[in-house]
Amino acid sequence: MDGEELTQQETELYDRQIRVWGVDAQRRLSKANVLVCGMTGTVAEFCKNIVLAGVGSVTLVDDGVVTEEALSANFLIPPDESVYKGRTLAELCCDSLKEFNSMVRVSVEKGDISSFRVDFFSKFDVVVISSCSLATKKLINEKCRRLLRRVAFYIVDCRDSCGEIFVDLQSYKYTKKKVDEAVEFELKYPSFEEAITTPWRKLPRKTAKLYFAMRVIEKFEEAEGRNPAETSLLDLPGVLKKRKELCEAESLNESQIPDSLLERLVVGTQEFPPVCAVIGGILGQEVIKVISGKGDPLKNFFFFDAFDGKGIIEDISNPDAAS
Amino acid sequence: MASPPQLSAIKDARVLMVGAGGIGCELLKTLALSGFRDIHIIDMDTIEVSNLNRQFLFRQKHVGQSKAKVARDAVLRFRPNISITPYHANVKDPDFNVDFFKQFNVVLNGLDNLDARRHVNRLCLAADVPLVESGTTGFLGQVTIHLKGKTECYECQPKPAPKSYPVCTITSTPSKFVHCIVWAKDLLFAKLFGDKAQDNDLNVRSGNASTSDHTDDVFERRTDEDIEEYGRRIYDHVFGYNIEVALSNEETWKNRNRPRPIYSKDVLPERPINQNGNMDGASATDNPSSVSAMASLGMKNPQEIWSLMENSKIFLEALKLFFGKRDKEIGNLSFDKDDQLAVEFVTSAANIRASSFGIPLHSLFESKGMAGNIVHAVATTNAIIAGLIVIEAIKVLQKDAKNYRMTYCLEHPSKKMLLMPVEPYEPNKSCYVCSETPLTLEINTHQSTLRDFVDKIVKAKLGMNLPLIMHGSALLYEVGDDLEEDMVANYAANLEKVMSELPSPVTSGTLLTVEDLQQELTCNINVKHRDEFDEEKEPDGMVLSGWTQAPAVEKKDENHVGNGVGTSKNMPTNAEQVEMNEDLEIVPADVEIPAEKKRKLSEISNNDGLGTSRGAAETNSHSKVEELDDDDDVVFICDGDSDTIKRKKLH
Ligand SMILES: [Zn+2]
Repeated sequence: MDGEELTQQETELYDRQIRVWGVDAQRRLSKANVLVCGMTGTVAEFCKNIVLAGVGSVTLVDDGVVTEEALSANFLIPPDESVYKGRTLAELCCDSLKEFNSMVRVSVEKGDISSFRVDFFSKFDVVVISSCSLATKKLINEKCRRLLRRVAFYIVDCRDSCGEIFVDLQSYKYTKKKVDEAVEFELKYPSFEEAITTPWRKLPRKTAKLYFAMRVIEKFEEAEGRNPAETSLLDLPGVLKKRKELCEAESLNESQIPDSLLERLVVGTQEFPPVCAVIGGILGQEVIKVISGKGDPLKNFFFFDAFDGKGIIEDISNPDAAS
Repeated sequence: MASPPQLSAIKDARVLMVGAGGIGCELLKTLALSGFRDIHIIDMDTIEVSNLNRQFLFRQKHVGQSKAKVARDAVLRFRPNISITPYHANVKDPDFNVDFFKQFNVVLNGLDNLDARRHVNRLCLAADVPLVESGTTGFLGQVTIHLKGKTECYECQPKPAPKSYPVCTITSTPSKFVHCIVWAKDLLFAKLFGDKAQDNDLNVRSGNASTSDHTDDVFERRTDEDIEEYGRRIYDHVFGYNIEVALSNEETWKNRNRPRPIYSKDVLPERPINQNGNMDGASATDNPSSVSAMASLGMKNPQEIWSLMENSKIFLEALKLFFGKRDKEIGNLSFDKDDQLAVEFVTSAANIRASSFGIPLHSLFESKGMAGNIVHAVATTNAIIAGLIVIEAIKVLQKDAKNYRMTYCLEHPSKKMLLMPVEPYEPNKSCYVCSETPLTLEINTHQSTLRDFVDKIVKAKLGMNLPLIMHGSALLYEVGDDLEEDMVANYAANLEKVMSELPSPVTSGTLLTVEDLQQELTCNINVKHRDEFDEEKEPDGMVLSGWTQAPAVEKKDENHVGNGVGTSKNMPTNAEQVEMNEDLEIVPADVEIPAEKKRKLSEISNNDGLGTSRGAAETNSHSKVEELDDDDDVVFICDGDSDTIKRKKLH
């Protein structure tokens, strides 16, 4: 206890969750600042979860305007043109999120996230980005890593019935009670760049196929200069070619990345709302764990595919690159 | 985005959601986003403040309003063109009969109590409508799927029975704080503020009294007795005198720590210091529901553990406030976890008793959880579970039977999985709900009455709502609005008769038929006479068997089930069985403890050959290249529990 008590209002509102994670965790949550970029359906789910949980502040970045796709899986945007006209996705989501919990400060930051300076990120405890190009993912991750204080960094993306979460906590220490004894744990995380450059042949054979498939799509989009999720069935031959190229370079059997999976990812660029709920829920839980210091955090990828229903954790790090 | 075949199945579907609470809000949102256009939703509850941290469709201004209706309005704001039909009603209402259920393509449960779950299970079976069932506790949750004749029904596997405590543990030999809570809530609170006519074990205690001070009913406030005096008299009686009486029975304390009698004068000054200020502090508002002993004593932190003296002050203050501000309710109050003054009274009484017995004291926050059977809930788990329900519902609509899965949401990964799909099991052939297997009832037919049978078996164990009991063609009992007066009188008379003296006597070898017309469920029960029952192990004085042990609603909490407080007894069954919040034990405000409960699941998983580490996963890996949809799930072996029938995988 650091002497600060939760207000009666907080105790009453958060009663059920305090019973799950305790008062200390609730207090830490209420002091945490979260930055979110890319107002997808999945990110909307995530924001709802952490606003309800009672984080200190949430800052939204997305200057995009409302499109049919933007509306399709995002319940934070009213589908009423008179409301959304002339306003950005971040502004619209901000208005809705504010209503969920008056104790959380929700605000909008305008601009292109890739142009934000390093010290901008120092204001946050958690940074979550979605719908970004490969280059932007790496860039933001590196900026967060340059700060003295650790910023927990997450990438989240959903396509078709699939979802992926990447986590970088740099160096993360936490304690766990094991039979009356508190045991210290320390986890070392690779950056996104380090993780995805892990040679494929060094990964266990049973590594989620979705991991490889997402890397193929990412590389394809980068090579073609596409924005994230700007693909269609016409791109399948190009994507299959990219797979061949990567598999040859990485000595992986091409059948580890099935055509059917790539086709789903290329065609189904829109989010599937039940998957947004699942991925946004898992991500919310992870962020709550890390802020509160309670529970084993995920290291370092999570995959869900509604097709087989499995939600899998993969540790993708290069054992040789460990510093 | 759903695929075109999925979309066409979705847009033509009519779905019924039961429950608009934690899971329900998330589910309604996800259904609407996924393209469902005809959704019906039943919920009898109104919105409470403690819902707002996760039931995100509700706002402060909605407190007190119907959950089903507010949820509908909130979802229509982002999906204005769909149809959502709310019912602010109990799903057990006769209006929701088999024909009502038949109009739906699938039923989705987001309930918080066993009773309603069983009821919906039966209606889905009778109407032959697929059911997707769900539940969450903290970070854990599961989604299961039930199709008549194809998979297990919700009741094929018995649910863990809620913990009940032997009477003497509560009245004489508490060893855990929860025993003190049960005593304070079900005995003392009920005695002082509830129905005086009701049998109460405290009565028995006080009846033992021999001194003249304790004649008649000590709990009765004497005419013009000062409230402070009355409070202290009660205090001294239950925490002092009764303990002395108990101590006089040496046999009880041979192997136990002897409790310490506590008298008010030893803990508190003779007269309260701020006697005048007290009532004024509380009367800042005239609303009786906001009266609080904590407030009038200037205590704020519900997380704090009070000293014996503080508890004693709260006890007397709360009692005083009940008589001073809420006297009209006295005589018909029942404990409600949302009644601040009641929680304060129960907390303080339980703590004083705990002090007596050398049991560690607890905060009001923790006490409230125990007394109110509060389920631990977070938004994230509900959101995940709701997503999984919709995924399963879409498969049902597409009749994609080979891909049906039950899914468990875990706190710690098992075989790298946080979300673990498992193939559904075949129906249990001896399930009395979805098959016609007769049950066996051992009962003392010369001592137990028909009422005992109706209360303890038909309602509590079989979960029937509107029962009808027959012996051959003779009707022994039935419930309904349209009965003739003489029949009603007849049945009332039958209720008081012992089984063997009924108009059509029930003896060893009798076959009884019990039916619920609303649930369209019939059970046959073979009666076997038995003379003796073990008071501790068989407190009902009768034993029902034939389909392993039946779940029962915690008797001591029956009044709360109606509140929808519910104990969510819906956790993974059998091999995946996790015991969760089905009992009065509440998890302290600490994440480590749920982890302990959770561990059972991973332990079982390990026994079943599920490795938790990556190493185990690698040993399992095949050299052949696998296709994505090539299901290489580890097979669950569901034995290790000799009582349960081995379940077969569907495929
Ligand atoms: Zn069954």
